[in-house]
Amino acid sequence: MKFRDEYRDGAAARRLADAIAHTVTRPWTLMEVCGGQTHAIVRFGIDVLLPSDITLAHGPGCPVCVTPVEYVDKAIEIAEREGVILCSFGDMLRVPGADGDLFAAKSRGADVRVVYSPLDAVVIARGNPSRQVVFFAVGFETTAPANAMAAVQARREGMTNFSMLVSHVLVPPAMRAVLEGPGNRVQGFLAAGHVCTIMGLAEYQPIAARYGVPIVATGFEPLDILEGVYLCIRQLEAGRAEVENQYARAVSPGGNRAAQALMAEVFRVIPRRWRGMGDIADSGLGLAGAYSDFDAERRFGAVDAGDDALGECISGQVLRGERKPPDCSAFGVRCTPERPMGVTMVSSEGACAAYFRYRGVTAAVGGGG
Amino acid sequence: MCLAVPGRVLDLSGDDPLTRVGRVDFGGVVQEINLAFAPEADVGDYVLVHVGFAIAVIDEVEAGRIFAHLDEIGELAEFAGPLGAQP
Ligand code: SF4
Repeated sequence: MKFRDEYRDGAAARRLADAIAHTVTRPWTLMEVCGGQTHAIVRFGIDVLLPSDITLAHGPGCPVCVTPVEYVDKAIEIAEREGVILCSFGDMLRVPGADGDLFAAKSRGADVRVVYSPLDAVVIARGNPSRQVVFFAVGFETTAPANAMAAVQARREGMTNFSMLVSHVLVPPAMRAVLEGPGNRVQGFLAAGHVCTIMGLAEYQPIAARYGVPIVATGFEPLDILEGVYLCIRQLEAGRAEVENQYARAVSPGGNRAAQALMAEVFRVIPRRWRGMGDIADSGLGLAGAYSDFDAERRFGAVDAGDDALGECISGQVLRGERKPPDCSAFGVRCTPERPMGVTMVSSEGACAAYFRYRGVTAAVGGGG
Repeated sequence: MCLAVPGRVLDLSGDDPLTRVGRVDFGGVVQEINLAFAPEADVGDYVLVHVGFAIAVIDEVEAGRIFAHLDEIGELAEFAGPLGAQP
């Protein structure tokens, strides 16, 4: 596929890895923010290709992983009500709540439907006027404009049977939280490319300046990630902490203005609790006043957020990049993708699931798929 | 879940900026994609698609830049000593 396969070229990847090895003179720890990048790094063995001086800490960048357990429980509660159709992205179905997941609710008879696009949920609402259709709206800035569009279309049509259970999170506040964590080791970031496609780069300048960390907006293919690492290491070795754009084919400095405008119309910034990371100020989106009629929490009762009880699971530290999946005593033993204990094992973009799936069977860079 | 896939715009339809759609070809699989966030998208352009929406038109000039960069790096690496040269 054009704009994909050429960025998986093994020989080019090795050249970039050589350039990185020539540049690095001492140990550095970088964090890739997005779960999609984590998945690619583990899948293509990019961390193995890098000199041992470079550590890639896997970040909190999986919206499925950081959705608080109370939202999953609420979604299940709503789904099991009479006359409700609950629509969700597929990744959310296996996320464990306090007592089972959406998949289990579905097999008990609840009408839970997997949608590819939030607009599919609007179509379902249109076709089922006598049922209440609830869309479980999760995601980062990448997904927020699409979810905003679902609300805009429902409002335009004056729908009274459509609402959204919103658990949206924003990336830059989480990067600050990582940097301020007592166990922080991160010295530079590969910023999440598609979040930057929507939001542009302006939010990162203050973070780079305040914390003295280079931030490189980075894509998702092996060559993107390697070039992102190279640019980041080159800055660190030169004592610079700037915002750079590796992913300029899809990221402009100002971002996507049309998408930003729709997000601003439908959502407002609110505090959010991240599963495994706790409360983070200004780190989420909720529906703005004009759209509050479409808030599922108004229609079906508010989510009350308790405390995460994680037990043996160290997914909180994994999400903050402080520890890696194999450090967990349950990894691969009591915790597998079929029987996940923590969210980082659930989503295919969670670090634990990526390690479970690809480690030991390290795929060569340039491999197909 | 921030996955976005590149595809080529085959045709466009609709005048309403919020519901304008294009048929987009993803290596043989064709899907109808909302273009509200890519108002500049034209037939033949490659767009990056996430959950049914084009979120960017891929900049073809920038797309090739990494390979030019690689050539530069390659030349510098040839001159690099054992401790490496700062490119
Ligand atoms: S392996 Fe399972 S139990 Fe351990 S940190 Fe990962 S998700 Fe939690």
